[in-house]
Amino acid sequence: METNTLIALAILLPILAMVGNMAFKNLPNIRDSFTLFCAGLTFASVLGILSNVGNGTSETIALFDVFPGLPIAFSVEPLGLLFAIVASGLWIVTHIYAIGYMRGNNESHHARFFASFSLAISAALGIAFSANMLTLFLFYEMLTVSTFPLVAHKGTPEAVRGAKIYLGILIGTSIALLLTGVIWTYTLAGTLDFTQGGILQGKVSGTLVPVLLALYAFGIGKAALMPFHKWLPAAMVAPTPVSALLHAVAVVKAGVFTMLKVGIYIFGIDFLAETGASEWLMWLAAFTIIMASVIAMQQDNLKKRLAYSTISQLSYITLGMALATSMGALGGGMHIAMHAMGKITLFMCAGSIYVATHKTEISQMQGLGRVMPITFGAFLIGALSIIGLPPLGGSWSKWLLMVGAADAGQQIMIAVLMLSSLLNVAYLLPIVGRGFFLKDTQNNAVSGIKESPLLVWLPPAVTAFGCLVVFFYAGQILAFLMPITGAAQ
Amino acid sequence: MSAELQSVALSWQDQLPVLQIIIPFFAGPLIVLLGSRRLAWPMAFAASVAALVIAMMLLSRVIDGGFISYHMGGWAPPIGIEYRIDAANALVLVLIAAIAVVVLPFAKVSIAAEVPRRHHALFYAMFMLCFTGLMGVVITGDAFNVFVFLEISSLSTYVLVAKGASKDKRALTAAYDYLIMGTIGATFFVIGLGFLYMATGTLNMADLADRIALLGPNRTVQAGFAFIVIGMALKAAMFPLHHWLPNAYNYAPSAVTAFLAATATKAAVYVMLRFMFSVFQPEFVADSGVAAYIIGPLAVLAMFVASFIAVFQNNFKRMLAYSSIAQIGYMLLGISFFNHNGLTATMVHLFNHGITKAALFMAVGALVLRTGTTFYDRIAGMGRVMPFTGAAVVVAGLSLIGVPGTAGFISKWVLVQAAFDNGLWWMALAIMASSLLAVIYVWRVVEALYLKAPNPEAVHKEAPLMMIVPIWIMAGSTVWFGFDTSLTLGAAEMAATALLNGSSGLAEIATSAMQ
Repeated sequence: METNTLIALAILLPILAMVGNMAFKNLPNIRDSFTLFCAGLTFASVLGILSNVGNGTSETIALFDVFPGLPIAFSVEPLGLLFAIVASGLWIVTHIYAIGYMRGNNESHHARFFASFSLAISAALGIAFSANMLTLFLFYEMLTVSTFPLVAHKGTPEAVRGAKIYLGILIGTSIALLLTGVIWTYTLAGTLDFTQGGILQGKVSGTLVPVLLALYAFGIGKAALMPFHKWLPAAMVAPTPVSALLHAVAVVKAGVFTMLKVGIYIFGIDFLAETGASEWLMWLAAFTIIMASVIAMQQDNLKKRLAYSTISQLSYITLGMALATSMGALGGGMHIAMHAMGKITLFMCAGSIYVATHKTEISQMQGLGRVMPITFGAFLIGALSIIGLPPLGGSWSKWLLMVGAADAGQQIMIAVLMLSSLLNVAYLLPIVGRGFFLKDTQNNAVSGIKESPLLVWLPPAVTAFGCLVVFFYAGQILAFLMPITGAAQ
Repeated sequence: MSAELQSVALSWQDQLPVLQIIIPFFAGPLIVLLGSRRLAWPMAFAASVAALVIAMMLLSRVIDGGFISYHMGGWAPPIGIEYRIDAANALVLVLIAAIAVVVLPFAKVSIAAEVPRRHHALFYAMFMLCFTGLMGVVITGDAFNVFVFLEISSLSTYVLVAKGASKDKRALTAAYDYLIMGTIGATFFVIGLGFLYMATGTLNMADLADRIALLGPNRTVQAGFAFIVIGMALKAAMFPLHHWLPNAYNYAPSAVTAFLAATATKAAVYVMLRFMFSVFQPEFVADSGVAAYIIGPLAVLAMFVASFIAVFQNNFKRMLAYSSIAQIGYMLLGISFFNHNGLTATMVHLFNHGITKAALFMAVGALVLRTGTTFYDRIAGMGRVMPFTGAAVVVAGLSLIGVPGTAGFISKWVLVQAAFDNGLWWMALAIMASSLLAVIYVWRVVEALYLKAPNPEAVHKEAPLMMIVPIWIMAGSTVWFGFDTSLTLGAAEMAATALLNGSSGLAEIATSAMQ
């Protein structure tokens, strides 16, 4: 099929799934299989785009001008395609998981939940295929609004409060800072098209570049750069499938993906390196990496701990962009995929534990590993991937980032990454250790607890296996991403 | 130019400008004379549909630049009254007529619930007069005629606001307040006109422009300018002259508020623009410093203070009223930037905010129909009971904030661009910061509608179709105009160009003569 048609399908099929969810509101089996069907087709469309375009760049399809010379437009480039593959591929897995989770947990309002979920996926794919910053911004906001009902899903005062923080920070930063930055860019450059090498070179005086970059870096609240990271732990009140796909993959990756896009295609890596405008951002990212890890260690709530871990890991990608070297950008791009695989595994395991035991605090989890071996096994693999141990995917992106830091002459950043790995070990592995080795106590008896239902334990097992697989395909992913740095296609 | 002087034989198309006014104008008295409650609404509706069709035909003729000049009774200006239509006012005409057409079906249900039956025919007559007045203010090219139409619309507005009294007696004091303030505004305006007439001996706007340019610096003209700007600022509810607005909007019947919020202040802003740029020339206004030193700061104050007050309201309708004052601040800010993008932003926001507020105030009306009130604790949970109304509030609320994909985003974008054009990057940040206040006040409504337990005393039923359809036409158009901007932004840019060029060809001759 034509690439254009496939792009349209990829964005519209999830919307069809949303409509289906609303139409078959009271027919759970038809509704959920229909969504699964749409998810499969969406993934197939994205793969179709991959086979058509490869790691090239497709023609831009401009729909219509919103402002003079500024259309809603889509095109395919490697970074976006990678993000789209990750988001749509993991949607299938998460959807299966979500069916098991929502039913196993007797959650209410399934139709609304799956409808919002599908809409969020559509927004994420829209972000992936945006050809200019205006289009991206449109889908960025759509993603925020569509995920709001998911965060507030339970309707408890706590959920409402979390959702409020979520919406407040994401909408607030994007409107006050990001939009200002975007319009400023447009006035400076006269265009917002994502262009190889950036569009700002020679259009803005050196002293203003860091200011403009700051508007983007803080405005992209979804990248959870400190001090605008609070929304992510707040969003953990959502049902776990939401945390898994949206707050470990789609939403946060949309944030760092935007960050990379801005760094590579709006500013241009070389321009950033030349002006040194991103140096402060590099330090802030490093600070976020360490600080979030330290905070993660203090969290007893498993999902909160994972959330802070995500904040830390997201800043890896921001760091990759801020290093302003090709290797850094590539490492950042690859980390989008690697971290997604690892973190979704961890979240799905957390959900699996919750379904089986209704436990949310790490301190209650001693001995659980022995009764839920698959869940805890998958958790171990995911954790090791996040830590960055071979032979798991996470090791490669971390490696590339370190090379990037060396290229930039920032040896201290290598130290930061290494320290972060140690901190990862310190906050992730004790959970596994507690599950397998500690004895259960009177209050936390494990007798009577069984492994969660098939639909809940199978998906994390699959993604854990995925972590292993991507280790061996890292070379292909790297080669695939190569063109984003402007290297020979 | 589409219209040079037109001579005797006029085809019916050439009569469009006058038909635009007399159709609704005669509909009003006719409704009273027939005195039939059943006929009143169809007649009012037919008249507004006709007006909308005419306005669109006019817009299509002037959207590519150029203007239509119509001479009342065949008397050539400056002696006779001239109607003069260009892209700037054609857009406003379409806005007002479209709002009337959409609000009237809504009003049929809403007014039936909020106004006693014996007043219905009179209500629609007043509505027609108000509509005529607003259209007249916008279409005319004669300064005194502006005043006449302004009073027609104002006097009928006072009555319309007072109609809310059958529900809440405070509507009477609100209408009285509005009457006093509105009259002061109109008086200032007419005093200003008096000064201009004294100095120039003419009342035709184009002619005024020429003569003022030829006069050169003149105290009388300057005094006239001051009176006119303040008079219109009062009508437009420019901060801090906004005192009349919250009560008037709050206590008027819902349909009236929806119509007024979308049109009345917009017409006043339009008149202000027209006088500043077409009658007094851009250079004159720039020299006076009024845009940069008075309108600008007051606009920023409005954006923040009024939004801040809106955040703390516990009443949906009142919150929207304060939000309107803040949004008028955006329009005035556009004027104060005094550049192409700024005026474009003013014009386009005039339109976009009009449709957004119409949607919101109509949604308020639907809520009033089912709950009898607009307080947050009483409309709680109604979003779940009335899914269509609730969703419309969300969509229009997003437009009020300026989220992409909505009309409000377009205006905000252009406005921020205008700030950057002037190098005022901190102003750009201020505009965005004030949008955050909008996030909060919109959020509070959404929270009440969706996240609270439903009010058990309310009627748990979706509003009737006669309400839902108009509400969604407006809410839908906020989305439509968030993507397709060829009409709105196109006309607004054309208008901005025309305004910035000034209207008077003589201005250049005069300046060269003086040198």
